[in-house]
Amino acid sequence: MLGFVIQRLMQAALVMLAMSALVFVGVYAIGNPIDVLISPDATQDIREATIRHYGLDQPLWRQYLAFLGRLVQGDLGRSFVLNIPVLDLVLSRLPATLELALAAVLAGAFIGVPLGIYAGYRPESPASKAIMAASVLGFSVPTFWIGLILILTFAVKLDWLPAGNRGPTTEVLGVGWSFLTLEGLRFLALPALNLSLFKLAMMIRLARAGTREVMLTDMVRFARAAGLSEFTILRRHVLRLIAIPLVTVFGLEFGSTLAFAVVTETIFSWPGVGKLIIDSITSLDRPVMVGYLVLVAFLFVTINLVVDLAYAALDPRLRRAGRA
Amino acid sequence: MSGPLLEVRGLRTHFATRAGVLPAVDGIDLSIDRGRILGLVGESGSGKTVTGFSILGLVDPPGRIVGGSVRFDGQELVGLDQEGLRRLRGRRIAMVFQDPMMTLNPVLSVGEQMALALRAHQDASRAEARARSRDLLGLVGIPSPEERLSAYPHQLSGGMRQRVAIAIALLHRPDLIIADEPTTALDVSIQGQILHEMRRLARETGVALVWITHDLAVVSNLADDIAVMYAGRIVETGPARDVLARPRHPYTRGLLDSVPGEAQPGSMLAQIPGSTPSLLRLPPGCSFRERCAHASAACGEMPELRALGGGAVRCHHALEATP
Amino acid sequence: MKAFWSEYAENRLAVVALAVVALVVAAALGAPLVTPQDPYDLANLNLMDARRPPGHVGSEGYVHWLGTDAQGRDLYSAILYGLRISLQMGVAAGAIAMAIGAGLGVVAAVSSNRVEQAIMRVVDLQLSFPAILLALVLVAVLGQGRVPLVIALVAAQYAYFARTAYGAATAERQKDYVEAARATPLRASSVILRHLLPNCLPPLIVVGTVQVANAIALEATLSFLGLGLPPTEPSLGMLIANGFQYMMSGRTWISVYPGVALIVMIVAINIVGDQLRDQFNPRLRR
Repeated sequence: MLGFVIQRLMQAALVMLAMSALVFVGVYAIGNPIDVLISPDATQDIREATIRHYGLDQPLWRQYLAFLGRLVQGDLGRSFVLNIPVLDLVLSRLPATLELALAAVLAGAFIGVPLGIYAGYRPESPASKAIMAASVLGFSVPTFWIGLILILTFAVKLDWLPAGNRGPTTEVLGVGWSFLTLEGLRFLALPALNLSLFKLAMMIRLARAGTREVMLTDMVRFARAAGLSEFTILRRHVLRLIAIPLVTVFGLEFGSTLAFAVVTETIFSWPGVGKLIIDSITSLDRPVMVGYLVLVAFLFVTINLVVDLAYAALDPRLRRAGRA
Repeated sequence: MSGPLLEVRGLRTHFATRAGVLPAVDGIDLSIDRGRILGLVGESGSGKTVTGFSILGLVDPPGRIVGGSVRFDGQELVGLDQEGLRRLRGRRIAMVFQDPMMTLNPVLSVGEQMALALRAHQDASRAEARARSRDLLGLVGIPSPEERLSAYPHQLSGGMRQRVAIAIALLHRPDLIIADEPTTALDVSIQGQILHEMRRLARETGVALVWITHDLAVVSNLADDIAVMYAGRIVETGPARDVLARPRHPYTRGLLDSVPGEAQPGSMLAQIPGSTPSLLRLPPGCSFRERCAHASAACGEMPELRALGGGAVRCHHALEATP
Repeated sequence: MKAFWSEYAENRLAVVALAVVALVVAAALGAPLVTPQDPYDLANLNLMDARRPPGHVGSEGYVHWLGTDAQGRDLYSAILYGLRISLQMGVAAGAIAMAIGAGLGVVAAVSSNRVEQAIMRVVDLQLSFPAILLALVLVAVLGQGRVPLVIALVAAQYAYFARTAYGAATAERQKDYVEAARATPLRASSVILRHLLPNCLPPLIVVGTVQVANAIALEATLSFLGLGLPPTEPSLGMLIANGFQYMMSGRTWISVYPGVALIVMIVAINIVGDQLRDQFNPRLRR
């Protein structure tokens, strides 16, 4: 088991390296970043000074090495536009996004999985059909549209919930979190719901497909023949078996949730990292783009690692090192 | 206490498929006394597995029991509510399936699965469950049972897995075990071991056994009585010795003749000509008609199951003593 | 084939969905013929007609059945042209992604272990990366326009096809007929093309259908964020984005109608894809 963990850790490190290279090449090597910083009619001296200051005249591989070096130290450069360290900028916006993403993922799991299991257990019932129809919507309709509809319904027409921005935050561990107050939750509700719907739909469909498949196996028949109650079968057999693909998708999709936060944050003016990346793309603020991507890559690799390990914990057939 | 343990009368289980109604089990009668071993023999598609499922009410849609009665120890099982059935399953009637790799949960340990089966019918602490499970693993002939409890199914050999399944079946000391081809998926050498084990267990615990198989040779050493199924119906029953020595139905005869052990080395293996008819398109009258050397015009009528000697046979031309 | 369609027809919802898809495709293809206005020709647009509610008679003399947007575009026309773009993008990206992805997947399945591992590592990595981020980055780097958009969509999607094709091809490769074919003088590529590939098609078709819907949704999202096509050729996403600011003041039609059109198309395609998937899945068949 230890060999397995170590092997996975090394793989993760390699992937990080590869991703950092990709990110660097992709963002830095194309286009001319200098044009963002100074107006086109600045003097040549100022241009050159700026180029030297930001190291933009070095050969690419040197820039990359310098970049890596800075990365390891946690220095992601300074925002071209705002002139503050990227790391600080990103970290300051991260809690908002994390809060949102976690709320969405939790909602997706705790609502989606039971609904999905039910739909898989009684696939022909009208409730199941309704659940599945709703899930098709949640799955295929673009997040931004759902956000729009949510705003239209709950904020404009019904005026129950606010249409944007984050609620008041309370400090915990030096970081402001907004879900700890009722007022904060009011602001969190719509964006979290919006973000979660995709996940929710996916969980429902996966749980249902998995449940249906398992319910048709001889294993369930054997369990019934042994006198296990339906509930026990669902809880101890079905849940355990579908947990494996569910956790995998769950984990991988967490990264996707972070990504989709981009859209939700834009619509709801939620001050998170997602909005940051959009703004930085349109203003060509390359250090911020790089910083964001590196952060996301890091989160990804970590999540993948955790999922891999969880997978092995759940499925005893995999606990041997050397398995791809 | 009087009367047979299990009495099946006119059981009919039909499947509603896209292509039509499939009469998998079409009116069968069976009777098993306490402590007896019945061998239910038939080829695939004969309805023997569905019979086993029907007794326990485990038939999945689109199949359902459409008629007949199954009386267990005086209680009618057909139409019994789910909770009533659940209380019987595993406790008084248990079942062992064909492929333990498919019936044991791959992500739960042996001990966990046995504990689940145990707690289905009685409260037991973790220690109690462990102790009982260990005892049973020992009973079915598994070495080092304590270690095996924490093993996972994929870590055990096929024969071992099947023993675990049998152990689970015996947990609550049932009166009847239905074994659906339990050795078919195993190596031939292991088959013999499991058979031997089952016979010993049946004698020791006094449990009645229905052994479903397609292989006559398997039941020849094990069963007290034999019932032969074809195309959803019972075509012959009787004490094992009699049926094997003096088969009355041409199909049974054909089955016996095609067992390789009986043939002379170098001669062609006897085979029943033709193939099993599709249950969707059964010919009217006797289902075996088109493959039977003794068929005549009378076989256009479905023969009744008539008592003959110590058993019964469903044939207009029941064979007399072996030529 | 007949059995396939009759089984399909048992799910009435799927039949309706298929009809909707057909209708949308027809409408989009024939957009110039059935719309009163070409919304991409700036000369046609009259600001006097901007933000008019549905039913308003415009300066050109015809009825704006669905109202007009902030630039004076007839929404009905804009929606149909927008659908057309969405379909073009979605199908193009889907087709290219399928070709590349399936090709990779099959190659991986029939190659030596090293090549196979290498290819599938990259594919797996890509699969775990959210499509939208990838598309965002690519669009940011490549700029706006149709070609970069298609590239971004393809890059975001080929991995699904690769994974599916790989899985199907691996399963096929182990089947007996491949062994048998190998024993004959047939060349390997012939075996692959004429036997392996056709058997991999069903899952690929299912994935393809869903991916077209995904591509359309992704393109709409990108456009909504301002990263898609230029504003003069508004796709549905951009129309919705433009109308967003008018939502609060009650002029909801500018966003809602394009949105509904988008949703209907995506959902219909997904329903068809779902039905195909259920029908092709051997484990769910009775």
